[in-house]
Order: sequence, then structure tokens, then C-alpha cells
Amino acid sequence: MVRIITVYGGLLLSALGRTLLLALLGLFFACIIGLFFGMLSVIKNRVCNIISQIFVDAIRGVPMIVLAFFIYFGIPYLFNTIIGGFNITLTALQAGTACLALNCGAYMSEIIRAGIQSVDVGQMEAARSLGLSYGKAMKKVVLPQAIRTMIPSIINQFIITLKDTSILSVIGFPELVNTAKNVQANTFMAFQTWAIVGVMYLIVITILSRSAKMLERRLNVGR
Amino acid sequence: MDAKDIENKIHVENLKKSFGPLEVLKDISLDIREGEVVVVIGPSGSGKSTLLRCLNRLEEATAGKIVVDGTDITDKKVNINKVRENIGMVFQHFNLFNNMNIMDNMILAPTQLDKCTKAEATDKAKAMLDRVGLIDKAESFPSQLSGGQKQRVAIARALCMEPDIMLFDEPTSALDPEMVGEVLKVMKDLTEGGMTMVIVTHEMGFAREVADRVIFMDGGYIVEEGTPEELLLNPKEARTKDFLDKVL
Repeated sequence: MVRIITVYGGLLLSALGRTLLLALLGLFFACIIGLFFGMLSVIKNRVCNIISQIFVDAIRGVPMIVLAFFIYFGIPYLFNTIIGGFNITLTALQAGTACLALNCGAYMSEIIRAGIQSVDVGQMEAARSLGLSYGKAMKKVVLPQAIRTMIPSIINQFIITLKDTSILSVIGFPELVNTAKNVQANTFMAFQTWAIVGVMYLIVITILSRSAKMLERRLNVGR
Repeated sequence: MDAKDIENKIHVENLKKSFGPLEVLKDISLDIREGEVVVVIGPSGSGKSTLLRCLNRLEEATAGKIVVDGTDITDKKVNINKVRENIGMVFQHFNLFNNMNIMDNMILAPTQLDKCTKAEATDKAKAMLDRVGLIDKAESFPSQLSGGQKQRVAIARALCMEPDIMLFDEPTSALDPEMVGEVLKVMKDLTEGGMTMVIVTHEMGFAREVADRVIFMDGGYIVEEGTPEELLLNPKEARTKDFLDKVL
């Protein structure tokens, strides 16, 4: 155990850094995708509602590992070989980010839809009756209230996404699990390697969920 | 557009409104003069709230015409936000913005719509809060207020936009009995200021006191209308009599 930490500690830490980078990039784009499709699902427009529903159903209906292979191998093959004339190569980071963003974005979209719908319609009506546009009423009145109820689910989704980065070891991105596999192969110390990796995830996720609890408490002031 | 349409503050012509297969307003025509106080009464499900909500297009009319201040609001091209700036609305469930304190509730619309600077809006909001007797609640949150206080704030908030029409959708129905009086008093003060008001209510005593005209609705139609004395004391229609017997 000590030998792994002294010899491979730095390597594992930098792999953890890449895990966090991947998670952060994925979450950043997931928030944009989630907000976009979440809004599409709540506005009064059948076509937009259906588009959003199809997106969510499609992503939720496919395991993330399939999505990862599809983006990393499938998409370049589609353009380069089937259609032809392209020369697209995706790095594992690009494909991984896209995969996480789409996957997490679909769940975020549902969280945002539910959050907005949990706000009493009277809030929107009152804002509109004062002459505010739909967008301003949404931004100033509905969304701030929706976000309060969404925070616990969003944090939960963040944690799931952080853990889901491990799935992206299959497309060769050198995140924590992929790196640990190499450490195990070099040292044959399976128990020690995976125990250390487990604790590393545990520490990061505990810090994340504790700070989320604090944030939640602060947002509830004045409620 | 006819001259008659412009002369009246609100002109409703053959208004119909359906929710799916359910026809809530069947054929409503109505004219309201500037400064008139109209009280709409009727059993639940008669369409009175729906009529009120059509007047600021919170509900889209299925057919017919609604002209407010010379603007046909059933016209899809009309900027309804602009029209709504002049139509205040007070709801049964107050609908104060829960994420803001009272002062921010009051100044949100005036500042967001660039009606005035934040300082001017704050001054006006203070004056309005003073008028409804709640100046000490400016920093409170809606959850810290009683129902009656919330509704007084809601009225004051609508007044901050300086509307010339006020719509009241059962403003006292969600209140504890001892808080009804304070809200009705604020509304009564408003009628004395010459505001055009349309009030949906079950408070018959209040209707008698402040209304220029009372309208009785049932089954999606206006069954009868007249002065409070005519309609509340000497109703002509059997359905009106029947309703009044039940509520008085």
C-alpha cells in the first residue's frame, strides 16, 4: 500500500485531476444542454415539447458505454467512411466530454423541467399580468424559485456524472480508473490499488456533497 | 374599429372561450365605462374568473373581440405586455413572488420595464405600502405575512405600475374571515379614486356598497345585470333569485 502511494501516488493524483477536468467539462456543457431542453419542455409549444422528450428518451434509453463507443468510434466512421470525404478524429477527451454532456444533460433537462413545473403557475401569471415578458418572468421569478428545489437533484446528478467518468476508461481516456488499471498491471497489488482509488473517489465526492449541503442551507435563508 | 369601442374602457363582443371540449364562456358581450366599478357574481363554474382572465389575455379568447383602451387584444399582433402594464390584476392566492422581499416584489415590474429608476420605484413603492398600511413590512418576505397582508401587498404591487384598470379575481376568497375587512377597505379606497375596476367576488355586502353595476353570470352567459339595488334586491331572473337565496 505504502509503495503504491509513494511510487504511483503522483500518477494517480494527476489521473484524478483529469477525471475532475472531464467531469467539469461534461457538467458545464450538460448544464447548457439541460437548460436548453428543459426550457423546450416547459414552453407552450407542442413541437418543442416533443423534440425535448425525444432527446431525453433517446439518451436515457441507451447505456452510457454504448453512447461512448458510438461517439468515439461510430461518429468518425460515419463521416470518414460511410459518407466519405471527411477526416474526423475525436480525442478521448472530446468524445468523453460529449458523452457526459449528453447523458447528464438529458437528466438535467428532466430535473429542470420538474423544478420549473413545481413552481405554482400563479407566480408566472402574476409576473405576466404586471407586463413582464415570458422570458423576464421566467428569469426573475420562476427560475430562482425552481433552482432552490432543483439543487439537491442537481448535486445528485453531478455526483453520478463524476462517477460516470470511470465508464469513459473504455475509450482510453487516462482518467482515474484507466490509470489504476495500469498500476495494478504493473504491481499486481489489486486490493491496495482499488482500495486507494475507492478512497480517492470517496474523498472528492464527500467534499462535493458536503459543500452542496452548505449551499442548500444558504439558499434556504429567507424562505 | 367603431367609435363606440374606443369610448368604452373595456368592450367585449361575442366572447367565447373553450377549454378543449368544455365551453366555459358561451357568448359574452359587455361594455365597461372609464371609472366604472363592475362586480361579477355567480356560482362557481359559471365562467366569471375566466371572463376576467380573458380581459388581460391570461386566457386566449376562442372567438369574439375584446377591446381594452382602444386596443383589440384578441389581435395576435398586439404587444400584450404593453397592454398589461395598464391592467393590474389581483389573484385569489395573492401570488406574491416568494423569492423576493416585499419591496423587491413591488419594484420588480416598474424597474424591469424601465418605467422609472430604482430610486423612483422605491419611493413609489413606499408610498403604496404606506397607503395599504404595511410600510413596516418592506423588508419582510411573503412567507412572513398573513393572508390579508399579502393581499394588500398584491394590490399595492399592481398599483405601482399605475394601471388605469384593476381586475380582482376573488381577492378575499382565500382569506380567514377576520382578514377580509382590511382587504375590502383597501379596495373601497381605490373605487373612490376613480379607478376602472372589475371585481369577481362572493362578498355581496361589498358589491352592494361599491358597485356601479353588478353582473350575474351562470353557465357561461351573463344572465342579468343592473345596479346593485336592482340586481341584488329585486332580481328579475329566476336563476339570479335562486343564487341570491343561497348566498345571502
